[in-house]
Amino acid sequence: MSSPRGPKACGGGAADRPIHVLAVDDSSVDRAVIARLLRSSKYRVTTVDSGKKALELLGLEPNVNMIITDYWMPEMTGYELLKIVKESSELREIPVVIMSSENVPNRINRCLEEGAEDFLLKPVRPSDVARLCNRMR
Amino acid sequence: MALHISSAPPISAFHHLLCFFFHDTYPEMEYASSLQRQLASMKKNLFDQGYLDEQFYQLEELQDESSPNFVEEVVTLFFRDSSRLVANIDQALQKYPQDFRRLDNFMHQLKGSASSIGAAKMKNECTSFREFCNKENREGCLRSFQKVKKEHAVLKQKLENYFQLLRQDGPVDKATRSGN
Repeated sequence: MSSPRGPKACGGGAADRPIHVLAVDDSSVDRAVIARLLRSSKYRVTTVDSGKKALELLGLEPNVNMIITDYWMPEMTGYELLKIVKESSELREIPVVIMSSENVPNRINRCLEEGAEDFLLKPVRPSDVARLCNRMR
Repeated sequence: MALHISSAPPISAFHHLLCFFFHDTYPEMEYASSLQRQLASMKKNLFDQGYLDEQFYQLEELQDESSPNFVEEVVTLFFRDSSRLVANIDQALQKYPQDFRRLDNFMHQLKGSASSIGAAKMKNECTSFREFCNKENREGCLRSFQKVKKEHAVLKQKLENYFQLLRQDGPVDKATRSGN
């Protein structure tokens, strides 16, 4: 499925259809950092502080190009959000990236098995974001 | 300043003359560079003494014209959250029996945010606390938490001083920097 983004147009995308990333994190500090990282690459970014709010937003706007979510959140973990997205016929094509401050191999494997696109260790670096460029829907 | 002056002996007389010239004709430049030196020295101390790590540099790298106060904004968010978490942990530590899972939860959040702004010493103290928590060692938690609070207070003061100075540097800096 090609898009009008042109070859290797990482970041931004076409002016009329910028790549839209939904960032989910309960930490306001981490939301600010991930948003800045993504906006530096010219992505359009929406941040929410919970899985529940993420799903509400996706219900209104399913044309998100990527979801990047923290793993450890109260009420709904990033893993639970991932599962819901992958089980939904409208949302399952959206790549989901998980972030975590903890390097727990079991956790990482479980997420990847459930269909996560990638797993990033916090603090997230510009090189991590650059790596995601090819994975956008 | 477009002119770079080295401190090699043969040109020291010339150097003094230039300093005199610049000081008299461009006092703002002298003030600006003294401020910048202070800032650089402050920042170097924060790193050398282990208060901050690489992640703080990463945040500075993300700052640009579109987001000129990014670092200060993030640091402000951090201290807002961290003050709340410290208060929560304080309260939770008073309770009997101790809910170690809840304590660990709070500390996990605090550690995560500290790590995100490059607050190295704080992060380390948070890690120690979590180790005591995992062993359900209340005394250890109490002692460790005193250190967390101390590092928190010290960092807050140091960064407040740093940003205050940084704000003074702003307008003068723009007037005198000739695009280096």
